[in-house]
Formats: sequence, C-alpha cells, structure tokens
Amino acid sequence: MPLTDQTRARAREIVARYPKARSALLPMLHLVQSEEGFVSAEGVGLCAEVLGLTKAEVGAVATFYTMYKRRPCGDFLVSVCTNLSCQLLGGEQIYAELKAHLGVGHDETTEDGTITFEHAECLAACDFAPVVTVNYEFYDFQTPESAKALVEAIQRGERPKPTRGDDLVTFRDIEAQLAGFGPGAPATPGSAPAATALRAEGVSVGSTSGTGEGGL
Amino acid sequence: MPLTPVLTKRWTLDQPWTIQTYEANEGYAAARKALTEMQPLDVIGMVKDSGLRGRGGAGFPTGMKWDFIPKGDGKPHYLVVNADEGEPGTCKDTPLMMTDPHSLLEGMVIASYAIGCNHAFIYLRGELVHAGRRLEAAIAEAYAAGYLGTNIFGTGYDLELTLHRGAGAYICGEETALLDSLEGYRGQPRLRPPFPAIAGLYACPTVVNNVETIASVPFIVGGGVEWWKSMGTEKSPGPKIFSVSGHVERPGQYEVPLGTTARELIMDIAGGIKGGGELKAWTPGGSSTPMLTAEHLDTTLDFEGVAAAGSLLGTAAIMVMDQSVCIVKTCLRLTEFYAHESCGKCTPCREGTYWMVQILDRLERGVGDESDITTLLDTCDNIFGRSFCALGDGATSPIVSGIKYFRDEFVAHYEQGGCPIAADAVPVGAQS
Repeated sequence: MPLTDQTRARAREIVARYPKARSALLPMLHLVQSEEGFVSAEGVGLCAEVLGLTKAEVGAVATFYTMYKRRPCGDFLVSVCTNLSCQLLGGEQIYAELKAHLGVGHDETTEDGTITFEHAECLAACDFAPVVTVNYEFYDFQTPESAKALVEAIQRGERPKPTRGDDLVTFRDIEAQLAGFGPGAPATPGSAPAATALRAEGVSVGSTSGTGEGGL
Repeated sequence: MPLTPVLTKRWTLDQPWTIQTYEANEGYAAARKALTEMQPLDVIGMVKDSGLRGRGGAGFPTGMKWDFIPKGDGKPHYLVVNADEGEPGTCKDTPLMMTDPHSLLEGMVIASYAIGCNHAFIYLRGELVHAGRRLEAAIAEAYAAGYLGTNIFGTGYDLELTLHRGAGAYICGEETALLDSLEGYRGQPRLRPPFPAIAGLYACPTVVNNVETIASVPFIVGGGVEWWKSMGTEKSPGPKIFSVSGHVERPGQYEVPLGTTARELIMDIAGGIKGGGELKAWTPGGSSTPMLTAEHLDTTLDFEGVAAAGSLLGTAAIMVMDQSVCIVKTCLRLTEFYAHESCGKCTPCREGTYWMVQILDRLERGVGDESDITTLLDTCDNIFGRSFCALGDGATSPIVSGIKYFRDEFVAHYEQGGCPIAADAVPVGAQS
C-alpha cells in the first residue's frame, strides 16, 4: 500500500510535538506500521525525507526496537510472556502449546496472515500472571486452554474482550494509537468502575479482573 | 498488618482516573499550593527534607537530583518521567497510571515548577497501550482545566506536557538510554559525566524521575514533611508500593511503609506461599537484584536493610519462588532476557550475557561440568562493574546469588545428567 499525503501530514504533526524534529522518529515509525503493517522500505524513506536523515540512520533505529516489525505483521500480534513471574505460573507451557496449536514459531505469521506469534519479555503485569497480550491488550490469568480458545476465537473472526483495556483492534489500528492518533477520548461512561474490580482491602489489586477500560 | 494507602488511596474510588474524582479528593491542591505559595527553591527544599528517594531502582535522593539543576543558566530545563516499566517482577507504575494518572500529572506540574521546566515528557513503555490511552485522556483533561498549558493558576507559569511512547526495549529504562531514545536514536546509554542534570535531553539540564517518585510529590507537598517521615525508616522514609508476584496466594500491589519485613509482606499480606508450599527464593527488587532465601525473611524492606542482607531494594518487586523451582532454569530464563535486552554497546554485557546463556543451557540440560560454575562466576566478575551501565551488573545478580545459595543444585545438574527438580516437580501452572 503506497503511503499517502495524509501519512506525510501526520508525520509533520508528530514533528510539531517536539522541540527537536528527530524526537519524532519513534512515533513516526509506529505511524508507518499503522499504514504498512511493518516498517517497510518506503516507510523508512518517508521518515528519512521528513526528518532530513539518511535511510541508514532511520534503519539503525528501526532495527533496535522489538515493536518494529521487519516483515508484515499479522492483523493480530499474539505475545506470550515467558519471563520469570509468568514462567513460574505456566507461561512457558502456554507458549509451547500455542506454538504447536498455531503451527508457527517465534516472530512467525500464520499462513492466512491473521496471527503473528511471539514470546515476550516481562510485560509489567506480574500480578496477573500468566498473561498473554493481543496487539498489546492484556488477557490475564491464562492457561494453555484459555489461550488456545482465545486464538481460535480470533481465527474465527471474533474479537474477544481483553481483561483490561479497550476493545481489541487490529495491529495497524493499535500502531496508529502508538503514533498518537488514537481515539484519545476520556474514559467512556459505562465502563466498569474500578471499585467493583478492585478488592476491598484498599491497595491489593492482585486479583483485579475489570472489564472494559475501567479495569486495571 | 498495616497497609499505608497513600499513593494508592484513590485506587478504589469510583472511576478514580477522571479529573472530577481527582479534584473531589484533594486533586491539584498541592500543585496550587506549590505554584501560588512557594518559591521553586522552597519546593526543592521540602522534597529534600522529606527524604524522598527515587522509586525506579537506584534510590537516589530526589530533592538532591532536582537541586543539581543549574539556576539561572538561561537554558531550557526538562523533566522526563520514566514510565518504561519493565524490570521483571515490577508492575506498580502501570496500575498507578491506570487508576490515578492525575497524581502523576500533578507531581509533574510541581516538579517542573521547582526545576524551572516549561516542557515535560512522559516516556511511556510502548507496550502499555492501555496506560497510554488513560494518560492521553488525563492530559487532555488537565489542559482543559488549566493545570497544564499557559498561565497555570494565574501565576504566569507555563508547562507543556508531551506523552512519548517507546517501542520495546528494556534498556530504555536506563535514564541516559531513555534520553537517547526520546531524541530519536537507538536506546543506548551515554557515558557519564556529564550527568543529565547538566547535559540531558537536547544537551540541556534534565531531571529523569520514575512515575512513583513523581506521584509521591503532591502527597509530600500537601501532607507535609513530618507526616511523610512518620512512615518508613529514618534513611528510607515514606510508603512504597511493592509488587508481589510468583508463588504467593495473593499476588498484587501492596503499599506499606519502607522497613516492613519481607516476612510480613510475603507470608502475611500476600497470603503466604501458594498452595501451602515452602519458600525457596525471592527477589527483593526485580530480577536485577540478588535473590534471597527463606533465611532472609526477617530482612527489613528499605534501602539499607536489603543492602545489609546482600541485595538491593531495586524497584521493590518481590518475585516469590517455591520449592518446585529450579534455580538453574530460573537463571537461564533471566539470562536469556538480559542477552535479548543487552543493547550491544559494550563488550562485557553483549558477549557475557550471550555466553552465559550457552553455559546455563548446557548445565540445565545436564551436559555441563564442574568448570561451568567457575566460568559463570568468572564471566560475572568480568561483567560486574565493567559494563557500560547497570543492565550488565543486573545480569550477574541471579547467577551469582543463585550459585551462592544453591550451588548444590548446579552441581546436581551435571552429576545427575539432568535437572533434579524437573524430575519430581510439576510447575503449578501446568496443573491448573
């Protein structure tokens, strides 16, 4: 898909957020992924053009960060945390069973282009372990069975509600949010109040399982 | 056991993240007080007097960090909040930003005023998209209410605030790597000196503080130094949010005074070991802090107490392991993490973490030998204190402490030709 004038306009909008233009590069690469589904050569060229950098300078940055994909990413990026707290509670087993179930390994995409699969390092949700994220939205307290049911639902075209966070959207849509072009609206009325999701003792939020953006 | 909800006190309110809830619960009163009744130097003095120490891992005195910023130098000054939460086991800043984002924003207004900053940034870990949406909404609310933007509280003080999302790199939690990343470069640490207080963002004086550190500031300004110091210990005052995870009955975020014992936190507040199991090891402050054992349960969880026990308070992330856990396997998994996250800038960390993965892997598979333990310790010795930043030092923590407390288990792997734990233990997660 060729990048459009709108992409260039948005790239310039990002530049305007910062005292110095180059700071716009990380969000701009997210913007490229929101259009292309990965960091394409054309996208690298666009960043270089807007920021007055060489393509090599842009490429050096793009290849440093895990979230920038070098090959087209599926519509749904499924990440299984296998770092210690999740591993202690079965994260590796979830990873192994999902891998067998999907028939693809780390950083690989299913044939139909729906799911890209990866293991992830600590996702800062250790009290909800083991966690799986889809397009960075959290599904807490997973088991191999629940994780398989999750990807099967996605493969059927459903969008299972994340435990926390908003509705599940595509990889490109979440990348637009990461570039700062998300919905940006205040929390929607009707999302579950945190008080019902939190346990009564005040500060222990360990077993929170809020629905909607209201949860933790 | 006393929990001390201070930073977490609003977490259970109805929709605590909205500006209406926040304002109805003392929100922005401290910022108003600081900007209208106090001089910037008085704010710095107050934070110094409170004894607040950084909550991001190093525990550096916050007021002193602010005081390092030159006065009247004519250069722009910057405040950058480190919201790149990613130290394994640490999950406190994310719920703080989800439930009480305005406490972070209010702290930023006060801190920026104190250091003479007119453009502040939040460097948010990219993966935390839900926290990003929450912050974006809160920032919009704060601008609309006049707490950000121009002429705040009619004082003539202006503050712009930009939310910047990362792109997946643990190293960007290191403050100088974070600054390089925010400037649009690969996130690699910088040589120090110069420190960020002199040459930070865009080579200008910059304060980099953790989310929890900044969110503490409104409480100190509002509640006063004496009240703040009534919690915690003399050298580590105040409350602290502890992340407790792993093999405990009730994982979660618990805000208790610094100086609470590990026994109280793990065995009482977090409900003890999962399924009535027996404690084997625990980390006091994330995977980069040396693990401790059941022998150390009476350690007080403050900077000095944990140091005296031979570890570090770090991010106060307690990962609890029961007797079913293989320490060699734990070291392997964590070392794979450090090898993946090593930025590659310095040789000891880049090469050392890679080779330690190879050694731990063969030990875990039962095809290692006695020399592997020596080689691991030698390698750690060549990384610790010789790497460019603290990532390399942290990578040695699980291995050195693992061998110190569980050497027999390393030996058993090569003597028995396999993992002695895996043979008779099933991971908890696999049973459910």
